Amino acid sequence: MTRLGPGLILALVAGFAFLYLPILALIAYSFNASRLVTVWGGFSTHWYGTLLANEPLLSAAWLSLRLAFVSATLATALGTLAALALARQGRFRGRLLFTGMALAPLVMPEVITGLSLLLLFVAADVERGFWTVTIAHATFGLGFACIVVQARLVGFDRSLEEAARDLGATPLVTFWTVTLPLIAPAVAAAWLLAFTLSLDDLVIASFTTGPGATTLPMRLYSAVRLGVSPEINAACTILIGFVATVVIAASLLLKRRQALGA
Amino acid sequence: MRKASPGSVRRAFQPWNDPAAQPLVEFRAVTKRFGGVTAVADVSLSLYPREFFALLGPSGCGKTTLMRMLAGFETPDEGQILLDGVDITAVPPHLRPVNMMFQSYALFPHLSVADNIGYGLKREGLPRAEIDRRVAEMLALVKLDGLGKRRPDQLSGGQRQRVALARALAKRPKLLLLDEPMAALDRKLREATQFELMDIQSELGTTFMVVTHDQDEAMTMADRMAVMDHGRLVQIAPPDVIYEAPVSRHVAEFVGDINILKGRVESVNGDLVSVTTPLAGRVELDEEAPALSPGAPVLVGLRPEKIALSHDEPAQAANKVRGEIWDIGYLGDMTMVQVMIGGDDGQLLKVSLTNRSRRIERPFAWEDTVWLSWDVEAGLVLKP
Repeated sequence: MTRLGPGLILALVAGFAFLYLPILALIAYSFNASRLVTVWGGFSTHWYGTLLANEPLLSAAWLSLRLAFVSATLATALGTLAALALARQGRFRGRLLFTGMALAPLVMPEVITGLSLLLLFVAADVERGFWTVTIAHATFGLGFACIVVQARLVGFDRSLEEAARDLGATPLVTFWTVTLPLIAPAVAAAWLLAFTLSLDDLVIASFTTGPGATTLPMRLYSAVRLGVSPEINAACTILIGFVATVVIAASLLLKRRQALGA
Repeated sequence: MRKASPGSVRRAFQPWNDPAAQPLVEFRAVTKRFGGVTAVADVSLSLYPREFFALLGPSGCGKTTLMRMLAGFETPDEGQILLDGVDITAVPPHLRPVNMMFQSYALFPHLSVADNIGYGLKREGLPRAEIDRRVAEMLALVKLDGLGKRRPDQLSGGQRQRVALARALAKRPKLLLLDEPMAALDRKLREATQFELMDIQSELGTTFMVVTHDQDEAMTMADRMAVMDHGRLVQIAPPDVIYEAPVSRHVAEFVGDINILKGRVESVNGDLVSVTTPLAGRVELDEEAPALSPGAPVLVGLRPEKIALSHDEPAQAANKVRGEIWDIGYLGDMTMVQVMIGGDDGQLLKVSLTNRSRRIERPFAWEDTVWLSWDVEAGLVLKP
């Protein structure tokens, strides 16, 4: 380990400050007793109390959680299957195209993903709402899930599956009893990642939603347009805490599988 | 009364010479290609019940492919594979009464030792109690009693190998395939395990087919072995026949050490063949029913342990030649001596001497002029 000089330490502090100071300020002001966001009026948990009484915000949060749950589950199931196909089928025809198509949502600007999905739903004359947002989130969550699971499959010892087949397991039983338990940490991590991505998304949800399906980020965004209130700070603090917990859980899951080194 | 030793049973066991014997496994003109490469070329082979068969060859010779076709992981491009007279060429792996022990052992890391061994039994749908009983039986067979609750990563390499063996035997297969079973073990453990494997095999009466690149392993364990090269079976015979009567120069050089002398047939008198060699003069050797005519070019093969070394010219020796010692390699149990015959541009012959005494000063030294001699039963004739 090299010791950091004062210059490097300064750069490090500045870098972290750049990344996290706004978030820390937001968290700090959520405990502000004053009604004015920028003036510190003493410590209070008042805004967390009013938050619990804010019916539209709570229903938006509940909708977001349900939506994230369904879309993450869809994305993980499809992403895992895509990862298996990409890792296992060798050099089949159109593999590169398929890889590109599965992973395109990762690099596609969200505005374009959102707009194209909107056009699709309009053209297909689908009533927009909960399910259209769910499908939209599943499509871009799929790419992330696919990458996470594929990374796990790269080091997978195929002879384990052959051993299962050899001992009398059908391909499906082999998948449930050997493949899935061994890639489970990556699948769980993929699910958590897709879940937080869905929970955070504003752009794609705005494009693909309809009346009666307002997600939490959309609700927060429209509230901010009328002026930032400490109540919003409180809601964001809870959201940050939730997302941070999920992301840490995901990375711990991935670490654990490395430690297992199977 | 003296019990018959396993060795005598082994010697009497020669179903491949019995025309009435029913083979357990039959490869019929099996060919397998990968892209443009022919991995297995027109292989026909029969394995008999209770046989311990070894498939020996360098890496990439197609031996693993041949075994994987038997397990069902590869499908032949041509030919058929029969098990107990039934064509299993198109039967998927999970429906074959064949089990395999993988080179990597392929133990399921998320299951305990007992669940690993019981995996195949559970797939058969056996009741829990029966599975537990069979697993305990298998653990006892491989001497791992009491370790059923451990995870594979809590075991040593040798223990893991035993679990893999127990798991493959738990379903009582008709045929057990072993892919390089000793490759990951150190030498001492390997020797002990070889004999244990032979004991287990004769106790269960299962047919074993071992794939290996290690000739010692193949020769120690196998009733019969096949030498494979470039996808073809070059010779199929018991180990002693492969060693003492190899069919080709390739087999002779692959199995054990051998010196090869070039020459021409001088005369054939019954079983006695005389060969003129430029470097060792006239070489006489005993060959059963030699199909050789005088003047034909041949190779004379001489195993290093069949040559004697002396300072004085041996009075009575069928074959003898003078040479100079170029190199001496002391190996503990024996000494490998390289002797140059036919002058400085001649040929080095390997001679192995068993070290019968503890004397540190060896009777032979570098640059000694010595005599090499051997019997008529020592040399063998190989077609060039």
